[in-house]
Amino acid sequence: MAIKDITLGQYFPGDTFIHRLDPRIKIIFVILFIIALFLCQNVLTYAILAAILVAEILISKVGFKAVLRGMRPILLVVAITAVLNLFYTKGEGEPLLTLWKLEIYAEGVRSACYILVRIAMLIACTFLLTYTTSPMLLTDGIESLLSPLKKLKAPVHELAMMMAIALRFIPTLIEETDKIMSAQKARGAEFDTGSLLQKAKALIPLLIPLFVSSFRRANELAIAMECRCYHGGEGRTKMRQFRLRAADISVLLFGLVMVVGIGTLGHFGF
Amino acid sequence: MDAIIETHKLTHIYSGGTPFARTAISEVDFIAYSGEYLGIIGHTGSGKSTLIQHLNGLLKPTSGTVTFAGQDIWQSKAKTRETRFQVGLVFQYPEYQLFEETVYKDIAFGPKNMGLDEAEIDRRVRNAAAFVKLEDALLTQSPFDLSGGEKRRAAIAGVIAMEPSVLVLDEPTAGLDPVGSEEILANIKEYHRAKNATIILVSHSMEDVARMVDRVVVMHEGNIPLSGAPKEVFAQGALLEQIGLGVPQVTRVFQHLRALGLDVDPSVYTVEQAKGALLSTLAGRGAGHGD
Repeated sequence: MAIKDITLGQYFPGDTFIHRLDPRIKIIFVILFIIALFLCQNVLTYAILAAILVAEILISKVGFKAVLRGMRPILLVVAITAVLNLFYTKGEGEPLLTLWKLEIYAEGVRSACYILVRIAMLIACTFLLTYTTSPMLLTDGIESLLSPLKKLKAPVHELAMMMAIALRFIPTLIEETDKIMSAQKARGAEFDTGSLLQKAKALIPLLIPLFVSSFRRANELAIAMECRCYHGGEGRTKMRQFRLRAADISVLLFGLVMVVGIGTLGHFGF
Repeated sequence: MDAIIETHKLTHIYSGGTPFARTAISEVDFIAYSGEYLGIIGHTGSGKSTLIQHLNGLLKPTSGTVTFAGQDIWQSKAKTRETRFQVGLVFQYPEYQLFEETVYKDIAFGPKNMGLDEAEIDRRVRNAAAFVKLEDALLTQSPFDLSGGEKRRAAIAGVIAMEPSVLVLDEPTAGLDPVGSEEILANIKEYHRAKNATIILVSHSMEDVARMVDRVVVMHEGNIPLSGAPKEVFAQGALLEQIGLGVPQVTRVFQHLRALGLDVDPSVYTVEQAKGALLSTLAGRGAGHGD
């Protein structure tokens, strides 16, 4: 069943170095990694970042398969971006290939490859974050990182809670979708055949029960939260307090060195 | 009796190739005979739901085969689709699959997918509604306005309307009050009798299984360690206990009575049988005392 293969926001439990890192540091490291990706200008810098990414995946033990599978739904977008880059980048020399009005330059090929690698690594890196960090820790981390915004009266806690709930319900909804799909298939519904219009129509028996049950769940959750006197973030303490350890600080320093290093290497263009 | 559904060395592994890979059932040889009322009992996670989803081709075996009336249901796409209609599957909490504007339209969803004409669809919808005792007035209402028990019956009617020769029900009485469960079980029995259909009832209520079925299949950790007539299966009290299932309450009472020294038949499994057994034992005693 294809729907089960969507791994967005799925957590792979484990007890590796990466799993144990402070979620705040992990989020900052991902941001640093993305900055470094955009500073990349040549093969060497991409190779360094790729090596770092591969090392991360190996340490986290989630496996390359899982990372690749997570990328599958976004593959089309990546492919289109790469193809557009291929045609729209104008080079100085002679075009390599001319198809009617479209010309492909060597620069275009290079920039398409770069963009492909860049997006793939960007996605893999963020997936690794959600694979190795439980949704609760992730939202706690985001809340903690955004907490300075509370001074500006931004509803940081509420946003974090909404995110936590949304993440929490992704697997539930996937499971539910799967169940309803099976139930309708058992009554002869077909979801993957026919024209586009027929396919869209075939979704009605799936979407209506899904909406109905989502509303029911939301209602039940709201009541359950009220029963436990939930009233927002004011004065709430945390069960888990974040404390930076030496490992966290070294990862942070490593991230900073990575950005500066990549920036310098990219600038001098080796 | 002829076998209608058969599985041979059926194995299913969920999320194969990920850290979550889990073998739900392994090398299961399951058989359902034409026209029988079969019960499947087992714990949560014993593989019951996985097994029954193979019977109508919703899940594709990781290895092994599933045959319906002697033919492999995966031999062609058309065959798989045909099996869907021949083997009606009612999921647990089927009321969550209701979606149409009216109960009538919802029950008609299955027959419509079979490509039947209007008159035939109408006949089947009314027939199915009659089986589950849904009044005509309810057919024009929105399924979301029905009571819990009515919703459940409407959803079951949605599968019965396809007039399957095998009807598989996963915990059809879960979450219903005793009266509601009783009605549903009676509806199913009625369908069994009227259509001479094969019924496969999945349940963890020993009482329901004991009362309704001709044959019991016990599932445990993805295997079938035990199957046979209820009398034979429930006689294996110790084994059932060991895999965490237990026997019907009345059987337990009788096994205990026997342990206390009363000469009763310990293999009874319904209240009716218990009454008979007790009366005959007491009559025998009475005679023995010369009263």
